[in-house]
Amino acid sequence: MAETSNAYKRDQVVQIISSVINKVGASETISRDLLYRELRDLHQIIEDARREIGLSRPGEIKHKHIPSATDELDAVVAATAEATGTIMDCCEAIENAAAGLEGEQAKSITDATMKIFEACSFQDITGQRITKVVKTLKDIDAKVDSLLSLLGADKFSAEDESASTGPQDDSALLNGPQLPGAGISQADIDKLLAEFD
Amino acid sequence: MAVDKNMNVLIVDDYQTMLRIIKNLLKQLGFNNVDEATNGQLALESLKKKKYGLVISDWNMEPMTGLELLKTVRASNDEFKAVPFIMITAESKTENVVAAKQAGVNNYIVKPFNAETLKTKISSVLGDIG
Repeated sequence: MAETSNAYKRDQVVQIISSVINKVGASETISRDLLYRELRDLHQIIEDARREIGLSRPGEIKHKHIPSATDELDAVVAATAEATGTIMDCCEAIENAAAGLEGEQAKSITDATMKIFEACSFQDITGQRITKVVKTLKDIDAKVDSLLSLLGADKFSAEDESASTGPQDDSALLNGPQLPGAGISQADIDKLLAEFD
Repeated sequence: MAVDKNMNVLIVDDYQTMLRIIKNLLKQLGFNNVDEATNGQLALESLKKKKYGLVISDWNMEPMTGLELLKTVRASNDEFKAVPFIMITAESKTENVVAAKQAGVNNYIVKPFNAETLKTKISSVLGDIG
């Protein structure tokens, strides 16, 4: 429905501009009133479009959603890298501990640790895929940025701030895992709970 | 002729995880003299300082990619000009493989890979490693 409405408005803009160009081209004695009315209609359509873009809160995409998404993805890469490092530390420890073994026992441990090392390469692949997603998000961010500056960024940022109060019920508490440093530690939680006793 | 597993091997990758994986797999294949570099530029510096029997490099790195490293190595007049070079990368498009081959790569491994693939490719470049 919105698609049809937008297409209709695009056609309307083209029609008005064509009409103005034709009238200016066809006569030197063109009515100022007529020209004014057509330009006023054009102005109204552009203002409607700006208002609709403002209602979709483009500033929120730039200032909140995209930075949050890229931070979360960076945290995924860091967490998987750390976990993979720990797994490989353990593998190396197992290999060192098994260095004195011989025969079938030694072979089965070597085969198993080799398979673990192979499997750990997932971290490199997922890291590269996530980097691609982050780059795409940054490209979207740049496009939203240029759209905002074209349409008056300050206005939309102010509107977004006043409009984006977020959910007020229990769903506001569902934020998923916190980024490093953003949440509180287990020790802080214990301390906090103790205050209720 | 038997492959000298005491040769120096240079592995190049910007992911520490990958360096550790390749180093450990090489160790299990019997190669213990393994050096690491985290990009093409650093790898080039290592090649200038020490003689290597094999280079295993990732492609996607900054400031110098694996392909740029390969081209620089092959275009040089240094002793390392003909060093056996295996590319290990997630880049799996035909044009990537063709570009690497045209630049003088000896073999090409797509990530994720396993120890058997690594062993097969090293054998195809250096000779049977057992």
